[in-house]
Amino acid sequence: MKLAYWPGCVSRGFTPELHGSMNLVAPKLDLELVELDRANCCGAGVIAEHNQELADTLNARTFAMAQKVEGAVGMMNICSTCQGAQSEAQQRLDADGEYRDAVNSNLAVESLAYQKHAESEWWNKNFLWLLVEEIGLDKLRSKVVRPLEGLRIAPFYGCYIVRPTKTLGYAAHPERDQYLEYVIEALGAEPVEYAGSHKCCGFPVITMNRTTSLRQAGRHLADAIDAEADCLVTPCPLCHLNLDLQQPAAAQFVERDLDIPVLHLPQMVGLALGIEPKALGMNKHVVKTKSVQRKLAELAAA
Amino acid sequence: MPDYKLKIRRFDPESGESSYWSEYDVEVESERSVLKGILTARDDQDGSIGIRCSCQAAICGSCAVRINGKTALACNTAIGEAQAKAGPGNPIVVEPMNNMPVIKDLIVDMDAVHWKKVQRVVPWLLPEGPPPEREHIVPAESMIDITQSMACIQCGACVGACLALEADPEFVGPAALAKAYRFVGDPRDGQEKERLTDLAEDPHGMYDCTHCFACVEVCPKDVAPMNQIMRLRRRATNDFEIKDRNNGYGHEKAFVNLIEKYGTLHEAQLLPRSFGDGSLIKGQTEPGAVKELIESLPTAIRGLKSGKVSPVKALWHHKLPGQENVKRIFEEIESKDERLELNLYIVEEEPGEEQGAMAEGSQES
Repeated sequence: MKLAYWPGCVSRGFTPELHGSMNLVAPKLDLELVELDRANCCGAGVIAEHNQELADTLNARTFAMAQKVEGAVGMMNICSTCQGAQSEAQQRLDADGEYRDAVNSNLAVESLAYQKHAESEWWNKNFLWLLVEEIGLDKLRSKVVRPLEGLRIAPFYGCYIVRPTKTLGYAAHPERDQYLEYVIEALGAEPVEYAGSHKCCGFPVITMNRTTSLRQAGRHLADAIDAEADCLVTPCPLCHLNLDLQQPAAAQFVERDLDIPVLHLPQMVGLALGIEPKALGMNKHVVKTKSVQRKLAELAAA
Repeated sequence: MPDYKLKIRRFDPESGESSYWSEYDVEVESERSVLKGILTARDDQDGSIGIRCSCQAAICGSCAVRINGKTALACNTAIGEAQAKAGPGNPIVVEPMNNMPVIKDLIVDMDAVHWKKVQRVVPWLLPEGPPPEREHIVPAESMIDITQSMACIQCGACVGACLALEADPEFVGPAALAKAYRFVGDPRDGQEKERLTDLAEDPHGMYDCTHCFACVEVCPKDVAPMNQIMRLRRRATNDFEIKDRNNGYGHEKAFVNLIEKYGTLHEAQLLPRSFGDGSLIKGQTEPGAVKELIESLPTAIRGLKSGKVSPVKALWHHKLPGQENVKRIFEEIESKDERLELNLYIVEEEPGEEQGAMAEGSQES
């Protein structure tokens, strides 16, 4: 399957292990990724807050570049926040022809224009959605060479991929808020039920209200630990920043020890597809992932 | 008529006991509401169930509860759909809203949280100058922008669902901030800047919203409180240049400036720029910025130690090929006299057709 691929900013910035692991996982799933190396930031909601036309133009630019990739069935992203910001822009662009023309006129100099299509013809999907809807869980299961049996994994979606359901295509795909559990199961692991799975990691206010932000991250991590999870998995690198990079700081805000690894979605998939943890960048986390690797090794030996 | 099992969380303050569950089997037509189910259980089986309701038609906003974990008006949720969400064989779980103290069973204390917060934002018009002799006449189109926030029925569903409130009970919250925008956006109000400054400077004000969409998701009237909070921020930073102590202004400016310069986000510069006025050097001389920057240093060091961030990457960020195009887009759009906005609340979505009116931003930049 050939795809226009938008990796996002953070996956090439503070979480390079995300982009790296996606590149290793793609060929194993027969995905040909054409990276949109001239595309720009999605705005993460901040540019939309500043100026809606600006945010929608920037995202229309990315869509237009993706639509030019010959033979690509659609566009894939690996960031819940990109998915949310881009879906919001796409909803507005699709809703009104006059608005779409106005936005496209900002791109005419570059000979780019976003074309509205039905979802059956063109889409922008997060890797998580792609796994379930395009690749399919049966095919994913058939590719597993190292089942993650015995591993208890707590899903953490990221707000932008679960709300608002009207913007994110839940009418056509009502189970999108359960896909992480489906994928965890398909890889042989056990999904952990806990309070925080669909809540906010707090990252958007880390510079504006550190207490609110890290209390949120800390509570979800603590809830996952109390539910006896071995690790968390997230399709959002911004959540990863608050849950992993900030975890030692978050521990202070909930006044307890936190020491739970947080995997990126492609890392978890990569492990089950037989890729080595180090190649997946699992040594580049703030919270060490050794416990996950040890458990996997023990299970393999048993 | 189909049978449904309701599992209701009960709490009786006079018993001294903690909350408990009661289950009721009710016979209700599938298109009738969850509220109808609760009232049937109360009338036929257990008169002690506490639920607040009045109109039973999604107008009065009295009966917001949590149904299968999601906040909604009980009268506005079909019991058949609630059963489908719960899954076959599972009971429909009904609980009181979050973030507010429970008075009894499904009744929460709206006074202690919701109404107190609404009071906080001065929810009445503060016109400037002497009152006009007759009606205060404004052009109809100048009110369109605030019709969405005026649609609020004060049910408190957004307050119950708010994830920032869950972490910070002092947060002014979605309903009150949407109400604040109802007056900030009203052309008759004369205290726009004062209102915005107040809510920008409050550590629990407009910049305490974590942008999680929980309020947007649950609002039965499509008020989209979070979008109103974003409008407050847009006015505060762009129209009034309010440089608040919470770094809300700095964060927005820093983010926007970095994308204009590099095309993609340079996180290493976002932090130091946010803790000032959006610039890399100048803003750092502000006293608040120094403190914030020192607090964020351990994070930076952790990033370097884990190997995910190299010192070179922290200092240097590549520009996109063709970045001049991104810069041009910024310059062209930001130099427009009016911000172009499409509000889907006002412009009906027409997926099949390509028509629709366009709303111009009402503010001059």
